[in-house]
Amino acid sequence: MSTPLIEVRHLHRYFGSPARPVRAVDDVSFTIAPGETLGLVGESGSGKSTIGRTLLRLIDSTSGQVLYRGEDLGAATGRRMRALRSKLQVIFQDPYASLNPKMRVRDILGEALQVHGLASGKEARERRIAELLELVGLRAEHASRYPHEFSGGQRQRIGVARALAVEPEFIVADEPLSALDVSIQSQVVNLLCELRDRLSLTMLFISHDLDVVEYLCDRVVVLYLGRVMEVAPTRELFGRPLHPYTQALLAASPKPDPQQKTVRIALKGDIPSPIDPPSGCVFRTRCPHAIEACAQQRPELQDLGQGRFKACLRDDIPILARP
Amino acid sequence: MNLPSSGQRLEVRNLSTSFDTDEGLIRSVADVSFSVRPGKTTALVGESGSGKSVTSLTLMRLLPRTAATRVSGQALFTNRAGTTVDLLALPEPQMRAVRGNDIAMIFQEPMTSLNPLFTVGEQIAESVRLHMGLDRAAALAHAQRMLELVEIPAAAQRVKEYPHQLSGGMRQRVMIALAMACNPTLLIADEPTTALDVTIQAQILELMHRLQTETGMSILFITHNLGVVAHHADDVAVMYAGRIVESAPVAELFAQPRHPYTQGLLACLPGQQRRREAAGGKRRLYAIRGQVSSPLAPPPGCAFEPRCDHALPACRQAMPPLLIEEPQRMTRCILPLATRVAHAKLEQS
Repeated sequence: MSTPLIEVRHLHRYFGSPARPVRAVDDVSFTIAPGETLGLVGESGSGKSTIGRTLLRLIDSTSGQVLYRGEDLGAATGRRMRALRSKLQVIFQDPYASLNPKMRVRDILGEALQVHGLASGKEARERRIAELLELVGLRAEHASRYPHEFSGGQRQRIGVARALAVEPEFIVADEPLSALDVSIQSQVVNLLCELRDRLSLTMLFISHDLDVVEYLCDRVVVLYLGRVMEVAPTRELFGRPLHPYTQALLAASPKPDPQQKTVRIALKGDIPSPIDPPSGCVFRTRCPHAIEACAQQRPELQDLGQGRFKACLRDDIPILARP
Repeated sequence: MNLPSSGQRLEVRNLSTSFDTDEGLIRSVADVSFSVRPGKTTALVGESGSGKSVTSLTLMRLLPRTAATRVSGQALFTNRAGTTVDLLALPEPQMRAVRGNDIAMIFQEPMTSLNPLFTVGEQIAESVRLHMGLDRAAALAHAQRMLELVEIPAAAQRVKEYPHQLSGGMRQRVMIALAMACNPTLLIADEPTTALDVTIQAQILELMHRLQTETGMSILFITHNLGVVAHHADDVAVMYAGRIVESAPVAELFAQPRHPYTQGLLACLPGQQRRREAAGGKRRLYAIRGQVSSPLAPPPGCAFEPRCDHALPACRQAMPPLLIEEPQRMTRCILPLATRVAHAKLEQS
């Protein structure tokens, strides 16, 4: 494997009082290779958005490191970080909340160009803005409109154009589809795929929609309560999930096919509070395979070879291969 | 007002709901007809703005009085006693006796639909005191039994708690307990699991299924999630821009969608793509182009025509009627059936 573009080492992010912190991200490590799309999946409260934001230093980590091409982002000065931001961009979930309603599209995109000293001169900037809008499937004349004049799908395209304006290498896409209708989702998925291939982007794709993750990602990290449960190449993860949580997550997502009877793994109860996570394995309170040892010992992420990792004490869990 | 029964729990005929706005008349629901069989589930599927929620609110007569609505059509409901009434023509006092009693409703957002100032027990008790005439103590005891029914652990404790003390999944269970309190014959569930995580969604759907089997109630399930529809509905009506474009029994709809919109909707799901790829198909995800037209400026003919890959000039002339193609199958499309089926095969490959 080539040197990673992004490397996350023992990342922790706690919120609230140090005495009783909310452990939003608790010892997470992974790498993203150049050109790779890594999926980050998990339910609400699993820490996936916090990881995305910490990666770009939109919030600081409590401990741990994020390396971009070997450079520790946590140690970067403000000036250095600002320069790096043109390489590291983000697409947010809510296209209604993430565009300034008082700015025209021209200014939304132009600001990014100006801050990073790209396309200087009025003419060059106009040209670049038109180019960007066409890149995401909008028209040049849309530049003089305000965000409210667009539909949700179009707004998300503007969000994509803004991220791409500064020619980034790496994009964090934080649930970019969840505010969109199904018929619009597939348009945006296609756009992301196309741009990724054309501009050889590296991407962290955060989502709770497993079908989209399977379609779009090369590798997947499964999170639960701020910890990594399983890491695997997409095909293997969906074909043969090894961790009980991944198995349950896949089983719980209903397939749009009445003939396909899903294996039911009913998870009991709710996700525990991240202020007071269970001892040992955080998933044990809902795990159908939990044994006593799970309460005593926190399972480390074991390397199973071939790019597969799982954090589970048991290795005798029946494998549920997809039919 | 005793009307002849249709043999259905609910039969909606030519329902239309329009709103008078400053910009003009908006037809949110137009000429919608469907039925819910006793003990069965009918799903109303559509994307945002398709009119599915307005349909349910119209049926329950819960649209705000200030909304300047124009409603027409019939909603024939056969109640517990076997009497058939038209929900849209019922005097308000009688409608109040139906709401939360014979017909109950659960909403998408359990936090905003529960009152934050009352304990969950009091909220359930209110409904049974009103409809079943129980006294306070008996009503609270009933509330606790309802919480047990929806599998809330430590119900005796939970009955005294406020909504903010419960998780999202628990709140939705409370909503269901509240809806089930008077033993409804029809449950209208408007996106009941949309705000929930998948593992919690699975629990709630399982619970609704169990309660339906035990009580024999009918469910009108409003959702945009085709995966949920596939496993939890018996009949499906697909809505687009305020109209039903296709209705069919669930197995048939998924096996052979007949309206170009339904076909596109199913083809653009990423999960379908995997199967196509496994079969050596193309990699790009199928996408329905464009977007829903503004309700203020609907196209002159078929509402889906501007986005349809197979539209003919005739599609622009007039709104196609909902054609009965088989006893249980209706499609609003003027293209010949054979052509549509052939197109669907092409999209699937």
